[in-house]
Amino acid sequence: MKKIFFILSLVFVTSGIAAQGYGIGDVATDFRLLNVDGSYVSMSDYTDAKGIVVIFSCNHCPFVVATEDRMIDLHNKYAPKGFPIIAINPNDTIAEPRDSFTKMIERANEKNFPFAYVIDADQSIYPQYGATHTPHVYLLEKVGNQFIVAYIGAIDNNHRDASAVTETYLANAIDALLAGERPDPAVTRAIGCTIKVRN
Amino acid sequence: MKRFAPLIAILLLLPAGGMTNPVSDTHAEIAVMDFDALDQHWLTRNDDKVYVVNFWATWCAPCVKELPAFEQLQAKYADRGVKVLLVSLDFPGHLESRLKPFLQQMNIQSEVVLLDDPDANRWIPLVDESWQGAIPATVVYTKDYRAFHQREFTFEQLEAVIKPLL
Repeated sequence: MKKIFFILSLVFVTSGIAAQGYGIGDVATDFRLLNVDGSYVSMSDYTDAKGIVVIFSCNHCPFVVATEDRMIDLHNKYAPKGFPIIAINPNDTIAEPRDSFTKMIERANEKNFPFAYVIDADQSIYPQYGATHTPHVYLLEKVGNQFIVAYIGAIDNNHRDASAVTETYLANAIDALLAGERPDPAVTRAIGCTIKVRN
Repeated sequence: MKRFAPLIAILLLLPAGGMTNPVSDTHAEIAVMDFDALDQHWLTRNDDKVYVVNFWATWCAPCVKELPAFEQLQAKYADRGVKVLLVSLDFPGHLESRLKPFLQQMNIQSEVVLLDDPDANRWIPLVDESWQGAIPATVVYTKDYRAFHQREFTFEQLEAVIKPLL
């Protein structure tokens, strides 16, 4: 009985940690996820990168749709400087059919995404990061062979109107890393759509 | 009086058609406010009621799914001092085209306000430090109790939260 209790408490403690996700300075896990072009993508594939901008994203969320063009611009500006975007769809595609892999391919083609758009098909990656909603940004700095979390949160401070943005949090954070400085703020927040799981 | 000035201004700005809608429409006028106004009017009341403040949007499927639970709570417990407020995070441009038709179609009886404050990074932690921004999210408070829930509710779960506060 004691043993069962011990195992149970281990399970709770472990899931508690998983639910919390990464903080600044943590080592982010790499992944191997299916991209809309049919290839599998890992962060380690980007051998010349100085870091990776991981954005938990999807098709259906209006807050994502409102920021897609900004994601494209950010990738086009910062991928050549060593910080490409990898967009990860963390949603269960039964729970949210609009985020199915087929629809992801359609959306990527419509918008001509210049970045990888991959699916966290078994939903094993987003809980490790601690992503709670889309869009949810994790800016990772490559140190040796590791990816260290440098910034978490929003793309900027106006999700629905790019022209009204006054703080470009993510761009500022990448600029800080390129200048050898720490992002400030390192954590921001934004409203988004919950990550969908099957009931 | 001064604190209601923005509200009155909004009411005055509403199109006349909305004011004279012949349908018995609970939501012909919806207050649109920034976070400071929401905080002042709805998140810091100091009376004897139990406030259940739900952050949602018409485009948020899990939010829409749990709305009936909040409606049921309001219907069953209003006379025992429970007040449900639905804070919509719909885009303000969708007030007439989506939010109002949705409320009418769903026959929503609880009070609804539209939070028009794009600088979410500022106000999300003011609602609760633990909130990352996913909706639905719900604040339950009285003058001497406050709890934040980033989760979906059934009616029974909501009932379990408010019953000890009655």
